[in-house]
Amino acid sequence: MAPLTPVAERPQTASPSFDVERLRADFPILHRPVHGRPLIYLDNAATTQKPRAVIDTIKRYYEQENSNIHRGVYTLSQEATAAYEGAREKVRGFINAADTKEIIFTRGTTESINLVASSFGRSRFKPGDEIVITGMEHHSNIVPWQLICEQTGAVLRVVPFNDRGELLMDQFEKLLTPRTRLVGVVHVSNSLGTVNPVRQIIQMAHEHGAVALVDGAQWVAHGKTDVRSLDADFYAFSGHKLFGPTGIGVLFGKKALLEAMPPYQGGGDMISSVTFEKTTYNDLPHKFEAGTPHISGGIGLGAAIDYLQDVGLDAIGNYERDLLAYATARLTEIPGLRLVGTAAQKASVLSFVLEHIHPHDIGQALDARGIAVRTGHHCCQPVMDRFRIPATARASLAFYNKTTEVDALADGIRGAIKMFA
Amino acid sequence: MTDLDDLYQDLILDHTRRPRNFHKMPDATSMADGHNRLCGDKLRLYVKVIGGVIQDVAFEGDGCSISKASASMMTEAMKGKTVAEAEALYEKFHTVLTGPPDETPDVPELGKLAAFSGVRKFPVRVKCATLAWHTLSAALKNQGEPVSTE
Repeated sequence: MAPLTPVAERPQTASPSFDVERLRADFPILHRPVHGRPLIYLDNAATTQKPRAVIDTIKRYYEQENSNIHRGVYTLSQEATAAYEGAREKVRGFINAADTKEIIFTRGTTESINLVASSFGRSRFKPGDEIVITGMEHHSNIVPWQLICEQTGAVLRVVPFNDRGELLMDQFEKLLTPRTRLVGVVHVSNSLGTVNPVRQIIQMAHEHGAVALVDGAQWVAHGKTDVRSLDADFYAFSGHKLFGPTGIGVLFGKKALLEAMPPYQGGGDMISSVTFEKTTYNDLPHKFEAGTPHISGGIGLGAAIDYLQDVGLDAIGNYERDLLAYATARLTEIPGLRLVGTAAQKASVLSFVLEHIHPHDIGQALDARGIAVRTGHHCCQPVMDRFRIPATARASLAFYNKTTEVDALADGIRGAIKMFA
Repeated sequence: MTDLDDLYQDLILDHTRRPRNFHKMPDATSMADGHNRLCGDKLRLYVKVIGGVIQDVAFEGDGCSISKASASMMTEAMKGKTVAEAEALYEKFHTVLTGPPDETPDVPELGKLAAFSGVRKFPVRVKCATLAWHTLSAALKNQGEPVSTE
């Protein structure tokens, strides 16, 4: 258990101009009650809430622009196509990719990773080839590789982490061999909050002739993403964790890699010409976007990116860093509470367990106070096994959370402890 | 907070803090494992059935208070019942858990188990409350064979 720390002070935010109340006013759902109390939404790692600007953009699309894209000569179709492709350009700028051909719209991070596993993996991996991932991956960056290993005879290697939730980098180095084809790593762990040294990991992968795929789902909302600076080969994230709608996500892939990869799904729009004798495929990015896409999703994601860039990712990062420090201090004051995931570099996530109280019951008691936290294994069963616990309770922050909400969480936890004592 | 108090009645909290029949049973005639994948409740149920009558029942495991209290109270209720009576009791227990939230269930043969009526307001917890019962059902059907169940 953590040593007693002095009572936490309100953080001196690095950007005192960060007006969290004004920003909260942009999010309609934050003002609804739960059990007669204000909603305190602390489950942002599961999904984020949406600003009015995103909701209105999607609404306006269906009221004014809705039409299938890439096909029609008529006005509506041109407008919808421009909006969708305009969103793709916004994504490109958001992650500083070189070319919109490198931006594939998918259903989300999970589909993005499955796309790479299926298209890149199945065409390249040979028996005995090695795929290296870490012990703190979300199931979406484990299972696709297990499936591909079954299909190709490649083998999976897993980098361990220490009790603080930090990757053992010397072990990582040892696991990279001339047989390593791909390294998969989570940028920020959704269960532990660890921010991994992805730039360094990508470099290590490249030194061994392997490509690197980064699961960025939990990072992109909390700081700037620059895929060129990272030199990532593949970078995946989800719209709904970025204040955008569900059902849309992104796979960034370096153009040369994507060009050499066979299609993932077949159908309309990913083709150039179709006969029963031979079919040829469309150029990037359309080669990997079969069928009518989630048009309103892409456009909504574009609106979310616009909103975030107005607020400023640096300002968000600074505010959240202070809020996380405050929350960590308030929670570790509570006797019987143990934080799970105490890496030196963390973002947003506070997973914890209480002596004698199952996370499910913690979550139930907090819900009665209007507080939403997630309880369970967070799609990271290996992490839970590593700490020999069935589950944690997890509070995860976004820039619209505030210190008074953290105070309410701490009070709620103390209340739960009293109730079950 | 009244809804929460309905769910976590004193009786349930008591059985959470001090679960009854919470131990191994080396001379069990059957055993089954139950796992609630959604929230991580896990338990192992032991039962000793002789001549079609449940002589003894015990459990081990780790889970939320609803799953633990339900298992504890179930083991108390099951001792001395026939296998057929046990199945019938499971069905009655299910009616306590489901059904209109504002009605009080009228099932006197359930006795203390009626305390779980608060689960009606929290349908997500039904699986926690039924885990032990579902597992016992599996154990009774597979005499002498341990079986894993959802």
